[in-house]
Amino acid sequence: MLDDIIIGQYIERDSFIHSLDPRIKILVIIFFIITIFLINAFTGYLFLAFFILVTVLLSKIKVKYIIKSIRPLIFIISFTLIVHLFMTRGGQIIWEWRFLKIEEEGLRMGLFMSLRLIFLVSYTSLLTLTTSPLALTDGLESLLKPFEKIGLPAHELAMMMSIALRFIPTLLEEAQKIMKAQKARGADFESGNLINKAKSLIPLLVPLFVNAFRRADDLALAMEARCYRGGEGRSRMNALLLVNKDYIVLALSFVYLISVGIFL
Amino acid sequence: MFIEVRNLSHNYDKELVGNYTLKDIDFKVEKGEFIGLIGHTGSGKSTLVQTLNGLIKPTEGEIIIGGSDITKEKDLKEVRQKVGLVFQYPEHQLFEENVFLDVAFGPKNLGLEGEELEERVKEALVAVNLNYKEFKDKSPFKLSGGQQRRVAIAGVLAMKPEVLILDEPTAGLDPKAREELLQEITSLQKRSGLTIILISHRMEEVGQLADRIIVLEKGKIVLEGTPNFVFSHVDLLEGIGLGVPQITKVMHELKNKLNIDDMRTDLFTILEAKKEILRVMRG
Repeated sequence: MLDDIIIGQYIERDSFIHSLDPRIKILVIIFFIITIFLINAFTGYLFLAFFILVTVLLSKIKVKYIIKSIRPLIFIISFTLIVHLFMTRGGQIIWEWRFLKIEEEGLRMGLFMSLRLIFLVSYTSLLTLTTSPLALTDGLESLLKPFEKIGLPAHELAMMMSIALRFIPTLLEEAQKIMKAQKARGADFESGNLINKAKSLIPLLVPLFVNAFRRADDLALAMEARCYRGGEGRSRMNALLLVNKDYIVLALSFVYLISVGIFL
Repeated sequence: MFIEVRNLSHNYDKELVGNYTLKDIDFKVEKGEFIGLIGHTGSGKSTLVQTLNGLIKPTEGEIIIGGSDITKEKDLKEVRQKVGLVFQYPEHQLFEENVFLDVAFGPKNLGLEGEELEERVKEALVAVNLNYKEFKDKSPFKLSGGQQRRVAIAGVLAMKPEVLILDEPTAGLDPKAREELLQEITSLQKRSGLTIILISHRMEEVGQLADRIIVLEKGKIVLEGTPNFVFSHVDLLEGIGLGVPQITKVMHELKNKLNIDDMRTDLFTILEAKKEILRVMRG
């Protein structure tokens, strides 16, 4: 079950999307998110779906991975759909059974909200799938730089994010290993009611946390040993550089997304 | 036959056909035997031992332990009781507030309680040379690395397995702790007739302890036999990046260079080698 989690995973490919400047990708994602919340008609979603499709094709990432990234959220998505179906009122009644009622507005909102979630997750996961954690951090730091004047610790935030991303696969792997080791001692993670299931996680979570803290300690020492002392005065080996295609992609995406958002 | 593995194959990713982690593995283990399993990193050792207690379900093949095929077994708890598996760095799985509770975790999962449980824990801790009274109330996180590892191994022993599989049990231990742990494992096997499968990178270790050695390379068994037989294939073992115990190699070289026919080469410790060299020199 843990194999399915691909949050923060990076998949190396030689593609157009991979070669873009991380800042551009982050900005496009921001436009994309704004557009999602501006759109109020299904045609708008069609245009967004097309936009996602083009990005996926250009990124050479298998659609399987995108679907995998949505899978952990199935529960939230279906929950949203169901709540809207039965709770949102307005329009004609489509279906009725005793006290349960589905009205037009409910169906519309339910579909809208779940589509929004699906689009959001699939597009943002494309960012981490196509951008190496290092590039992502650099991009984020550079975008946050202007806010340093008002006291935002840009470098530190970016560093924290990159460490978090870096350790997701490590922790997952470790969780799997500990799970196996406890299973070998007869632990049962699958059966039982909710309380028993939660209790059965203790033998997994305690070692996982202990190891994570130890790792944090080691990492801190290793960073200090290499004279890390925060962002001030730190230079970079590979400075980010915007080239023509970055500007073009940014301009085109901006025009496309904003016009979709305003007109539909 | 106690353990019998027939035509075992496994591939992790079914979409990648032909990408086998294990391919056509066949071997048998007698009750009470001490098997050494060696192979390069990624040769499939860990996958193989995990199939033996049902943690990994192989794509093909049968594993018969004590008469029943565990690949068809529904209730794996019994299998996991019979086949105790100690993972690499087992101290990373300690989680309870004291040593007693941690060791008791396995037997508790098997439904044991009360005095019987206490007896099991006691026995297991004694088996790994930890004083029961002294350690039972200590936090496992406050022990030294070697002690933590023993507690973790005791946690598996407390389930009274018939087969004990140890995946690199001495990795990361200092020489003294390593020696002690190996001695405990040997005496455990002698005392209780436990069947042991030991995965190790240290050829000296396997050479001294195992009755039989199985060499895995790229998911296949390439060599199988007594330590003496296996370590006589110096070139093959070195070819797959394993090598033989250093002292064995010295004896081989000596025998070949000096053309001494009656010199033994099946020696894995310096002490034995010294005796043998002296014997040959004295004629």
